[in-house]
Amino acid sequence: MPIISRGFRGRRPAGDHELPPGQYETFDFPVLSAGPTPHVPLDEWEFTISTESGAEHRWTWADLKALPAETPTVDLHCVTKWSKFETEWQGVSLDVLFEDVESAADFTLVHSYGGYTTNIPLEDLTDGKAWIAYGYDGEPLPPEHGGPARLLVPHLYFWKSAKWVRGIRLQADDEPGFWESAGYHDYGDPWREQRYQGD
Amino acid sequence: MAIPDDQRDDFTDGNAIAGPLAEIFAVDVTAAGSRCAHCGRTGPVAELRVYGRAPGFVARCPGCDHVVLRLVRSRDAVWLDMRGTVSLSIPVD
Amino acid sequence: MAGAAVPGRLGGRLRWHAAELLERRAESATAATLVFAVPGWPGHLAGQHVDVRLTAEDGYSTQRSYSIASASGGERVELTVQLVADGEVSPYLTDDMMPGDRVEFRGPVGGWFVWRPERPEPVLLVAGGSGIVPLMSMIRTRREAGSRVPFRLVYSVRSPDDRLYARELGRESPGLDVTHVYTRRAPDGRGRPPGRLTPDDLVRHGWPADFEPDCFVCGPTGFVEKAAAYLVLLGHASGKVRTERFGPSGG
Repeated sequence: MPIISRGFRGRRPAGDHELPPGQYETFDFPVLSAGPTPHVPLDEWEFTISTESGAEHRWTWADLKALPAETPTVDLHCVTKWSKFETEWQGVSLDVLFEDVESAADFTLVHSYGGYTTNIPLEDLTDGKAWIAYGYDGEPLPPEHGGPARLLVPHLYFWKSAKWVRGIRLQADDEPGFWESAGYHDYGDPWREQRYQGD
Repeated sequence: MAIPDDQRDDFTDGNAIAGPLAEIFAVDVTAAGSRCAHCGRTGPVAELRVYGRAPGFVARCPGCDHVVLRLVRSRDAVWLDMRGTVSLSIPVD
Repeated sequence: MAGAAVPGRLGGRLRWHAAELLERRAESATAATLVFAVPGWPGHLAGQHVDVRLTAEDGYSTQRSYSIASASGGERVELTVQLVADGEVSPYLTDDMMPGDRVEFRGPVGGWFVWRPERPEPVLLVAGGSGIVPLMSMIRTRREAGSRVPFRLVYSVRSPDDRLYARELGRESPGLDVTHVYTRRAPDGRGRPPGRLTPDDLVRHGWPADFEPDCFVCGPTGFVEKAAAYLVLLGHASGKVRTERFGPSGG
């Protein structure tokens, strides 16, 4: 039973949004990082979807910006217990990127510039559930928050929304990514509080 | 040792994980020597570049930036991933 | 240097101890020293830190690490906390917390960035901003032990108003030489013009490398990276330079 520090509130307002179990609302946007911020020049930036058969679909920055964009407003839930409501993003739905991709795979491994990886079932990236996001709050996504582009999958804990996204590999098996192989949950549903392996 | 440039300062060092490591090691590990599995550089755990805060710490090699240790403090366990280090040499009196 | 074994029962080190605030006093306009009573405190070595846990009434909790400022002394533990603009924890500690309120400490932790009075080597302390805190524990431990080990402190701060422990460091202390290096505004008149720490400052006010001093460097990450690199450049063996980085803001 921890000792209560009288009068301590942390950086939190008294909000009225529905919070997943164990979460607290925040108004700021903490930067959590596993390493140095990669800097990727836009003329070198690429995003690749590769399938289990070896087929590759590639987009340059210009290609990405030419695709139809959406402006989703979503809630974010981080495994470190902060939740941020009604955040505004701009990006391309993964449904658009997956349109011409042929695959029988069930799982994906998402990988980022800088080496970060995370695993997500394919069906959690489709049907309006995920975007490649390049704008936040009306501005270009800053590098410390994953810019030039990051994956945005708000129905899962935010570590799944890989910053500095570089590609998605479709595969038959579920392969744990960076945090999943160090103790975090393979799926990560905040509403079932799936933070760690075994939850 | 090259004089570092001004830009990169968003990390602390292995001293920051002394507390979580003390939960699983009987001796202080920040003074232990670790060898990077990627570039072979050796040095104390205290000098690794540490990113992040609980529940996930990432300790990287100050020479090549590869991940040497990952530490996750979950509800009831400490996960320590050490695949980025070849060995730890822990001084004992 | 000496091994990793730190005295004390394991249970004492791993448990969260209740820490009650006894008093708080200002060290500067933006930093304060907090004096805690920690029943069952196992004692600590100079340079170690504590992990501090705060829990709000609704169960939200967060942790930060703070270096211990005091020499080991029974159940009394002093921290010096720098107020960080927009900080989540530091405003509570420097302003809101009242005597009688409690937080939790885990520790002491850290066996690397530690000075033990048994060591005969001269000591060079290099502090940037709030990095002075664990080095102050070393200075105080030296005094408590009646040690004659020669100490030199090079303490980099923005201006005279930003100095921590100004009065204590201003007092005559045999065998302890203190030099302030001002980066933004220096006292009027003669002396070094304001500017960042340079290798020359360490030559003038530190120990020569062939004295083989134990060097301790602490402060914001950028400061520590540069200062440690300068020491190695000046000939100190990298194994003789121990560092503790506080992160970008240093707070």
